[in-house]
Amino acid sequence: MSIDMNKVATSNTTSAAIPRKPSKVGAVATWVDDRLGLATSMKKQIRKVFPDHWSFMLGEIALWSFVVLLLTGVFLTLWFTPSMGEVQYNGSYDQLRGIHMSEAYASSLKLSFDVRGGLLMRQMHHWSAMLFVAAMMIHLLRVFFTGAHRKPRELNWVIGCLLLLLGTLEGFTGYSLPDDLLSGTGIRAADGFMKSMPVVGTYMSFFLFGGEFPGEAIIPRLFTIHVLLIPGLLLALIAAHMLLLVYHKHTQWPGPGRTEQNVVGYPMLPVYAAKAGGFFFIVFGVTAMMGGLLSINPVWKFGPYDPTKVTAGSQPDWYMGWPDGALRIMPGIESHFWGHTLSWNVFLPIIVLPGLMFTILLLLPFIEAWVTGDKREHHLLQRPRNAPTRTATMVALMTFYGLMWAAGGNDIIAITLHLSINQITYFLRGAVFIGPVVAFLITRRWCISLQRHDEGVLLHGYETGIIMRSPEGGYTEKHLPISPARAYTMTARDREEVPVLETLETDENGVPKKRSPLAGLRYRIRTLMYADNIQKPTAEELEAAQHHAEHEHDLQAALDGHAADGHQFDGHHAVEGETLRGDH
Amino acid sequence: MVRFLNRSAGRLSRHRRGPLAGLVVMLLGLLMTGGLYAAFAPAQAGSAESDTALAAKGRQLFLVGCATCHGQNGEGVRTQDGNQIGPSLVGVGAAAVDFQVGTGRMPMAQPGQQAPQKTPVYSADEIAQLAAYVASLGPGPAIPDESQYSLAGLTAAEREAAIVRGGQIFLTNCTACHNFEGSGGAMPRGGYAPKIRGVEPKYIYEAMLTGPQAMDTFSNGNLPPAEKRDVIAYLQSLETQPAYGGFGLGGLGPVSEGLFAWLVGLGALVGFAVWIAAHTTRSEKKKVDAT
Repeated sequence: MSIDMNKVATSNTTSAAIPRKPSKVGAVATWVDDRLGLATSMKKQIRKVFPDHWSFMLGEIALWSFVVLLLTGVFLTLWFTPSMGEVQYNGSYDQLRGIHMSEAYASSLKLSFDVRGGLLMRQMHHWSAMLFVAAMMIHLLRVFFTGAHRKPRELNWVIGCLLLLLGTLEGFTGYSLPDDLLSGTGIRAADGFMKSMPVVGTYMSFFLFGGEFPGEAIIPRLFTIHVLLIPGLLLALIAAHMLLLVYHKHTQWPGPGRTEQNVVGYPMLPVYAAKAGGFFFIVFGVTAMMGGLLSINPVWKFGPYDPTKVTAGSQPDWYMGWPDGALRIMPGIESHFWGHTLSWNVFLPIIVLPGLMFTILLLLPFIEAWVTGDKREHHLLQRPRNAPTRTATMVALMTFYGLMWAAGGNDIIAITLHLSINQITYFLRGAVFIGPVVAFLITRRWCISLQRHDEGVLLHGYETGIIMRSPEGGYTEKHLPISPARAYTMTARDREEVPVLETLETDENGVPKKRSPLAGLRYRIRTLMYADNIQKPTAEELEAAQHHAEHEHDLQAALDGHAADGHQFDGHHAVEGETLRGDH
Repeated sequence: MVRFLNRSAGRLSRHRRGPLAGLVVMLLGLLMTGGLYAAFAPAQAGSAESDTALAAKGRQLFLVGCATCHGQNGEGVRTQDGNQIGPSLVGVGAAAVDFQVGTGRMPMAQPGQQAPQKTPVYSADEIAQLAAYVASLGPGPAIPDESQYSLAGLTAAEREAAIVRGGQIFLTNCTACHNFEGSGGAMPRGGYAPKIRGVEPKYIYEAMLTGPQAMDTFSNGNLPPAEKRDVIAYLQSLETQPAYGGFGLGGLGPVSEGLFAWLVGLGALVGFAVWIAAHTTRSEKKKVDAT
């Protein structure tokens, strides 16, 4: 059934309405849509709304760094030879000419000196790897400090933690590939870590190295893990992470018009496409600047790996620095059983501790949900001060991490600050336990003071800086009520109900049933978690405060007309067109 | 040509039986012997007496500046509980004095874990006098001559081979304490292996030869003079080569790299994130009037 378009009216006015000829772009879009049928879902997705805040872009740094890593990494694989076969170097770098080395190291030198742009790509890849993990970590901190890990986003938190773990492993395998002195020292250390595990350690080491260290298998194996296995997993998990982000919708800061049911912001196209696309180029540009200007991992100075050599300043990249620090400050404790040695000094800091810390990190949202018993969905973020115990917990963990980090660089700290490496070690042995506790207490009290301040602003208004003198000669500072929008934002949070321990049922003899010990523990933790928190004022309290303010206003009204110069700025008078200091 | 030679030889030989021939031959012989002796004889033979004079002057300086800790005859001073205030200097040689005093490490300003490098107190002449005095206490390594640590006189290929060899010796023996490019490293209880970039070759040679403070001694039996020269050549090649990767971040390895990644890289990116979030399509754009 075809319609003769010439006979259809083109409009309701005098001339007939006929559809315009589709544009070329439209024709291509129709062609694609006829075959893929994506228009319906695209129409929805490109209008997807995201809220705007700088802290929501931290994860994006990690995402774009990952793209830079893929781009530069592909370039590097075109020249890198993942082989431990021995060759004699005859490339451009004079100081190593004629030296026997592995093909992996020789090809790293070739990339650095004989491939056009190779050194830039190597340095960009390495800087980008450091930024990738660093951006993941600050993104994690943002999520936790603002409560974005709560229901329904717990599983996305778990995925994010796995990304952090995989990113770290990916970094470690990449660090090991060039087979320079630092790489080899790192692999040797990893071999030792594995062997510190009771019973299975030596088997695992033999399995990984295909025999005794170093063997000839480790570089090709690490290469496959580095360019295929972990990147594949990272890609899949990043995809899942972002699909869940779209599915859950992005969290937002509270404010007028923002609820748990909506998202206030701008659509994907054109605003976020432009912002995110632009941010990619910024990340790429910063990485390129660093790769071009700042030397990183100068493998030619380290020389090829040789188990008989080592250099001062042998450290892992920063993200492996904290377990290295734990290893450095651990007292040398060993046990001997029937001719076997169990090296607690290696096993505890480098195998047990990171595993434990990672498990704690993974479980944080679940632990919090168990303590609070909160089963509701949360899409509005919390300010860190409004969850003092949570904020303090993360600051304690950060303090622990930071002190371990310092321990990992103890030799560099010693020579740059002219300190004794022994004293640094002794100090940190205590500080890693005391520091987090002190940080927890200070942060928690700090948050509560900020809550008190917020309460004061809500009830009594903000400080205007105008000092009033009463007829009796007393001085008071004038407070003015804050704007309703700000008051709304500050009060858009839940009241934390300190729970009452549920009364236990009694059996037929009137004896109360036993409470499970876990429930008692949970009750105690919950009480401690909320203890001293300042709840937002109730409607009555707000009203009373307002009433009080009006009353005060009435008292001060008597002064009106006798006000000294400048007192017309007390907030009760129209001051349009006046300046505070007159004309001069 | 042959005819000419024959003719002149004939002229000379015509006088061979002359009355002065014997005297001339003897004078020529003496001149050649003396000249050759002067050219090949050990240099010290001529300055033996001035060495003694130097040592005497050096002793005067030693008694004022060094004897408090090292003893009036350089025998060292011990405390009652057996600790050493200053070690014996018998047999340390002129090289040790030239290193310790020439780099300002001695005289020490105060006791400590390690004598730090500082501006030298003594002039070059005074250092030579002190060195001569300490060398007179017992046989020890002499101050190396520039020819011992210079690559002058080697062909380009030999120089390159020397640098490569020196690099391998450096990476095997020195980097464990002094770091892969000589930036220095930490030693127990506040000690440190100092930075050796930019240090005069003579002092590097003397340090290897005498093993100052916590450093091992790389004697000539252990590390022949040619290999010491190669290590110095490698270090100098590191200094003269361009910074291929850009700014070296202090040559300290991954710790300073991590610091730069966080502070410079991530700092800049978070700054850009704040900037991007602050610029957007806004329905209301309040501008604060500063006046």
